[in-house]
Amino acid sequence: MRPTILRPAQAGSLESSDCLVTVSPGEPGSGVKVNIQSIVMNQFGDEIRATVEKAVAETNVTDILIDVNDRGAVDFVLRARVLTAIDRALGKEEGR
Amino acid sequence: MKSLRRSLLFVPGNNPGMILSAPVFGADAVILDLEDSVAPNQKDAARRLVSEALRTLAFGKIERIVRVNALSTPFGEKDIGTILAAKPDALLVPKAEPESLRRVSAMVDEMAPETGIIALLETALGVELAYQCALVPHVNGLFLGAEDFTADIGTSRSAEGIEISYARQRVVIAAAAARIDSIDTPYTGTEVTDEFLADVRLARKLGFTGKACISPRHVQAVNEVFSPTQEEIVFAKRVLEAAEDGRRRGVGAVSLDGKMIDPPIEARARQVLMRAGLLGVEGGKRNG
Repeated sequence: MRPTILRPAQAGSLESSDCLVTVSPGEPGSGVKVNIQSIVMNQFGDEIRATVEKAVAETNVTDILIDVNDRGAVDFVLRARVLTAIDRALGKEEGR
Repeated sequence: MKSLRRSLLFVPGNNPGMILSAPVFGADAVILDLEDSVAPNQKDAARRLVSEALRTLAFGKIERIVRVNALSTPFGEKDIGTILAAKPDALLVPKAEPESLRRVSAMVDEMAPETGIIALLETALGVELAYQCALVPHVNGLFLGAEDFTADIGTSRSAEGIEISYARQRVVIAAAAARIDSIDTPYTGTEVTDEFLADVRLARKLGFTGKACISPRHVQAVNEVFSPTQEEIVFAKRVLEAAEDGRRRGVGAVSLDGKMIDPPIEARARQVLMRAGLLGVEGGKRNG
């Protein structure tokens, strides 16, 4: 069975080179929805979306809303923040 | 090939900007920190960020060390498991004592046997048992953590460091006896001052092989103080030439500049040239 997000959670910050990722439960059957705000949206919006979607796919989670407020995070930072936020929403991690 | 650990720069493990810039300051090693610089409710985020950074960033010749949380905390075991899977060059283990080091060593054996362990000695027991710590498999460095150590023995730090003089010497001797690195506690100010420079020179004089830095501003001076100088290199070469000449002539003892050259002086000269060779230096500054 695919894991489902039961509660909202956040990871990251609004510092330069970081991003603040907020995940929350989606409607049943809604799949994965990603909203991105970024200071480099025009240049790297597609890459950011691809990185976020790839990270979410690895968790197998579905029916999830993901808001990414990006302050110039590189790929590994985006990936780390998305995975941490999902782990927190699944209750796997100690942080909030 | 083994590289030197002259300067080891601490970088907060939950700060992407500082992790990204860590390789540019010229430190021989970076210590990505999951312990004191990370708030308890951000330990998971830092652990994941550092793990992803290790898998992604190119650090070149810079040694990648991760300070994990102590095994006695709720975070230690998870830190070690997650970080070893990302293959760092070494773990810096806080509150190190022989028993806790043996547990970490067993995890390293199982998950990443090529990873080294640096024992952060910052308890009275850890310092007292420094040599036993040095003998634990995978341990390739002893590091004196003076802040926690002085708290543990019931005193506080002073500029001149009299309260840690015995601990410093004990750590240096234990590491030297085990033929591993000895790393001095960082200077806790952030500016380059005369007091800082005196602290670095004292560490070198005591025999430490390197010093930790909490500020990138400190890296250059630490590298210079812990590198052989041009004069030391020239003298070392002359010592070896004189010794070799003596052997060719069948003379038991030779002298150089009016002083006898005996085996310890020859050994020290070889050590100086070995360090110079590892650094690719002609003098105190690094060539690349």
